[in-house]
Parts: sequence; structure tokens; C-alpha cells
Amino acid sequence: MTTDQPTGEVMLEVDHVTLRFGGVTALDDVSFAIHEGEILGLIGPNGAGKTTCFNVMTGVYRPTMGDVRFRGQGLSRMKRFEITRIGIARTFQNIRLFKTMTALDNVMVGGDTHSSVGLLNALFRTPRQRHEEAETRRRALELLDFVGIGRRGDELAANLSYGDQRRLEIARALATNPKLLCLDEPAAGFNPAEKERLMELIRKVRDQGYTVLLIEHDMRLVMGVTDRIVVLEFGRKIAEGSPTEVRDNPAVIAAYLGVDEEDAS
Amino acid sequence: MKRPTLPEITLPAPLRSKPVKIVGLAILVLFLYALPILDLPIITTPDSDFGGVLYTMATYVLIALGLNIVIGYAGLLDLGYVGFYAIGAYTTAVLGVQHGHWPFLATIPVAVAVTMLSGVILGAPTLRVRGDYLAIVTLGFGEIIRLAAKNSDWLGGARGIQNVPKPPSVHLFDVPHLRWENGTVLIDVSNKTQAFVFGFIDYVPYYWLALTVIFIVLIADVLIKSSRVGRAWEATREDEDAAEVMGVPTFRYKLLAFAMGAFVGGLAGSISAAGANFIYPDSYQIQVSVIFVAAVVIGGQGNRWGVMLGAALVVYLPERFRGLEEYRILMFGVALMLLATFRPQGLLPPRNARRARKLERDLEELEVGDEVQEVTS
Repeated sequence: MTTDQPTGEVMLEVDHVTLRFGGVTALDDVSFAIHEGEILGLIGPNGAGKTTCFNVMTGVYRPTMGDVRFRGQGLSRMKRFEITRIGIARTFQNIRLFKTMTALDNVMVGGDTHSSVGLLNALFRTPRQRHEEAETRRRALELLDFVGIGRRGDELAANLSYGDQRRLEIARALATNPKLLCLDEPAAGFNPAEKERLMELIRKVRDQGYTVLLIEHDMRLVMGVTDRIVVLEFGRKIAEGSPTEVRDNPAVIAAYLGVDEEDAS
Repeated sequence: MKRPTLPEITLPAPLRSKPVKIVGLAILVLFLYALPILDLPIITTPDSDFGGVLYTMATYVLIALGLNIVIGYAGLLDLGYVGFYAIGAYTTAVLGVQHGHWPFLATIPVAVAVTMLSGVILGAPTLRVRGDYLAIVTLGFGEIIRLAAKNSDWLGGARGIQNVPKPPSVHLFDVPHLRWENGTVLIDVSNKTQAFVFGFIDYVPYYWLALTVIFIVLIADVLIKSSRVGRAWEATREDEDAAEVMGVPTFRYKLLAFAMGAFVGGLAGSISAAGANFIYPDSYQIQVSVIFVAAVVIGGQGNRWGVMLGAALVVYLPERFRGLEEYRILMFGVALMLLATFRPQGLLPPRNARRARKLERDLEELEVGDEVQEVTS
């Protein structure tokens, strides 16, 4: 199998990762790399291990074997908040916003990642604290605007519409100022028009210089927006390549598309 | 079934502008300082010394502010808060009389430092467990402190410690109290409070001291809550995993909340010991912790004004209705049940929680409206 040679440098490397929960092997010797500046799609049928793979990459689970490296730095010993701080941000498949906080505050929590002022600075409202607070706030507002919910900043996260909550998740993740943005099924529950708008947003994010990892169910969305695709099935990687290559790959068709298309026809 | 709710409490529009707020606040502060002097009818407790009641209320308000950081902001259910209160009191007593002759003011920094340290020592291993487990561990902590004091002769044993040092007295002037007789106000020259003499009978100066400390803690509370520390606490409370993934070191922030809560609890303990003159282990029983938590929950956890109101009521109501004797506890229980039914989020829930509930109700009404439309069409 030939693959498109991606142009950018390797940013994140999943290196022979195996993850077992007791007797269940959720990930079996999975290897792939994400390159600087690309949009990589991670797809697979339900239960293929997409989200699990994602959780390993963001430090929620530790791999049983193998390692995940970000710019050469191993992640398996790092705490989750440290992983965020070195530049990997993520959204959640089942939206997990801070519900009783305003949309703006949600984004500011992400923005605080890069603030260094602590309790005493806050207590005495030092110039540095005021400056950082204003800066975090300004950036949060910008991000809300960027994802298209600039007017909603003052509303509680719980009160936003479903689509706006998904957008807020993206803004909150971007606020941590990541190099790599991981989106876990950001279009779940969207109608085709909303999905179209989301694809635009994802491209916009990439054009801003972020590298994007996209887990997605919807084949059309994945085909339309990604540069390369990795396909998982039963915890194993079965294919990797450009959208066209993956679409024509017999193993993928058998595992995923074939079944889908038969069902559809 | 739709739950009946009390009306939301919001200030009317003209009272929300900033200058009006500041003037209103200043009047409120003056009123609070003057409260024990005014001896207002109805409000003043008929069966117990009003100055003493106010002083107890003030220490409870202080405790509620501290506990609110732990329960309300960071969402950590601490059922052993009385332990910190006891540690503060005992540190002051031990340094001041049991094993030293430190003046009261000098014991305070040590008391809060020791309490904070104990908060960190308790928190470091236990904050890794969540929810109910944390509640159980902290419950144990409260009892351990009490029993340790009770069984240690070095700490005075079951008899406790007497003659706890008092704050330094400076007699500047006398303040006469008011007397209300059949609608006329008289100045009662025979009943004066010596400002500022911390003695054994008149608790008004202690109340003033506690009130002043409350204002200082309150300002610190506002400043911290509205910074990234407050945001991190709130995010941790709402969704610990998501907060962690957003770069918040949640464990550190939980520990910080514990330490800050302990700080205020120790301070309150120290001040209460000075007023009480003698302290003994059994005054720091588990029930006291329960009352502390009740104050926070009744007032509305997460809202500093709410928890202060809750703490004041929890002390005041039983004292005000002391005439009802043991029935007052019954009435208190009934009041708690009514509150839990009609206003489960507390008397003054935080603004955000109020907004979320309002939206919920609006949606409910909309849905009801739709049903009606469907029926009629």
C-alpha cells in the first residue's frame, strides 16, 4: 500500500501502543503519526477503539505497552494537565463543559493554562495579575468570536444550544493554546447543514496553524475535510492513507464502508 | 410534578447602580456594628444576652465563609470542619496559657499556620478520593482531633484549658445602649459598653472584633473568587476530568481550597476561644460540624452572601426562640425540612445556579404551553 507522503514534520507519534483492560485488548499494537499542519482523520466502526486511542494520546489512559511521543517527548509519565500544557488539547464526545459557568469563563479556564500568577497576586491585584486577567479575557472573547458564538459569552454554558455547546468546547480547547487539537466526534448529533459549517470551522482552525486530529463517524465529513486518514477496527490499525486511498482500500470497505453501503442500498 | 418554588430574590433595578450600592453597603456595615447597641425590639433576643448571640453569630458567619470555599467553590464535602476550628482554638490556648504566655494576637498567626498545615496534611492523602469517601474521611478527622485533645494531658485532657488569653483591651470611650419603651427610645446610661475592653461579661467588643475579621476575610474571598483561582475551583467542581484536561492541576487547587478553608476555620476557632475564656474537647463534637454544613447548605452553597445569612440564622433562630424551650429544636427541624422541599439550593443560591434554574423553569413553561396548544388546535 502506498501512502501520500505528508509534508510536515512528525508532531505526535503513536508508537506500537497496546492497551489492555483485563482480558480485553482495546488497542493492539497501533502505530501512526500526526504531522505538523495536517488534518488527520481517525475513523472506524463503533467500538473500534477510536476514543480509547484518543484517551491514550491525551493521558487519560496509560498504554500497557508502547509509547506516545509528542515532539519526541514521551507522554506516558506525564499528568493530564501537563500534557495540555505542552500543547495537546481535546474536546469531548459527550459534551463536558463547566455547566454553571458562563461561556466566557469556560474559555478563560482553558486560557488560564498559560497564566502563572497565583493566589497572592490575586489577593493583592498586582499589575501583573490585572494584565494577565485582561489578556486571558481578551483572548477568550476572540476565540468565542472565532468559533462563531461571540455574542453568547455571557450566557451559561448549560443554556447554550447543542451546536453552540460543541463550538464552545472547541473554543475552550483552543484557549489552552495547543499545537495539536484533538476533536472527538465534534459533529455528533448535527444535521448536514451544521456539519457543513463545522467543516468550515475545522479548516479555519487548521489555517490558523493548528494541527488537527479528528475522530469522526460521518464518512462524508471525514472525506471532505481531512488530509490523511487512519482506520481502526477491533483495536487494530487496518489502513492509513489519503481519503481516496482509504476509500478504495478493500479492507476498509469490508470493515466499514462495505457494510454501510450495503445497508444503505 | 412541578416543585413549588419561592420567588427569586433580586434587588430592584434602582438599587443596582454602583453608587447606590456603595452607599447602601456602607449603611449596612454601620448598622451591623451598631446592632448590639441599638437593642432593637423584636430582633433582640429576649432570653439571652444579645451581644453574646451576635458574637456567636459572627464566628459562625466566619466559619461559613471558610467552609464555603471548600464546599461551595471547590465542591468538596467536608464533614470534619470542626477539627480545624478546634485546632485554631487549641493552638491559641496552648500558646497563651497551657504551655506559654503568648499574648492573644501573637497566637493568631501560629494558629492559622498550624491549621493550614493540618489542612494540607489531611488533604494531601484524602483529596484523591472523591465525593462520599471524602465526606467519610473528613468526618473521621473531626472526631480524631476531638478525641486526641480529650485523651492528651498535654492538651488539658477532658477538662480542657482555662483562662485563654483575651485580645488586648484599649479603653477609649463608653458607648451607651438604647432602651425602647412603649415606642420611645431612651439612652440607657446605666448600660454601657466599654470600647474596646475585652472582658468577661460584655461580648459586644468581641462581636466588633469578629465582624471586622469577617469583612477582611470577605474582601479576600471576593478577590480570590474572581481570579483564575476561583475559576479553577469552579471548573474542578463542575467536572474534575474536563478541568484537568483543560490544564487545571485539580489536585493542587483542591488542596489550596482545603488550606484556605482551614485558614479561616482556624482563625474562627482562635477568636472563639478568646471569647469563651475556656475550651474543652467536647465542645468540638461532630454535631457542630453538622451545624456548620447546615449553615452553608441552608444559605446556598457557593454564594458568600447566602452562606453568611445561613450561618447567622442557624445561630440566631434557636436563640431568639429560646422561650419555646425544647420545641425550638423541633421548629428548627421543621424549618429545615420546609427549606429542603421548597428551596433545595438554599436561601440565596449563587447567581449562576439561579440563572440555570430560571432557564429550566422557562423551558418547562414553554413545554407546558406547547402541550396546551396541541390540545386546543
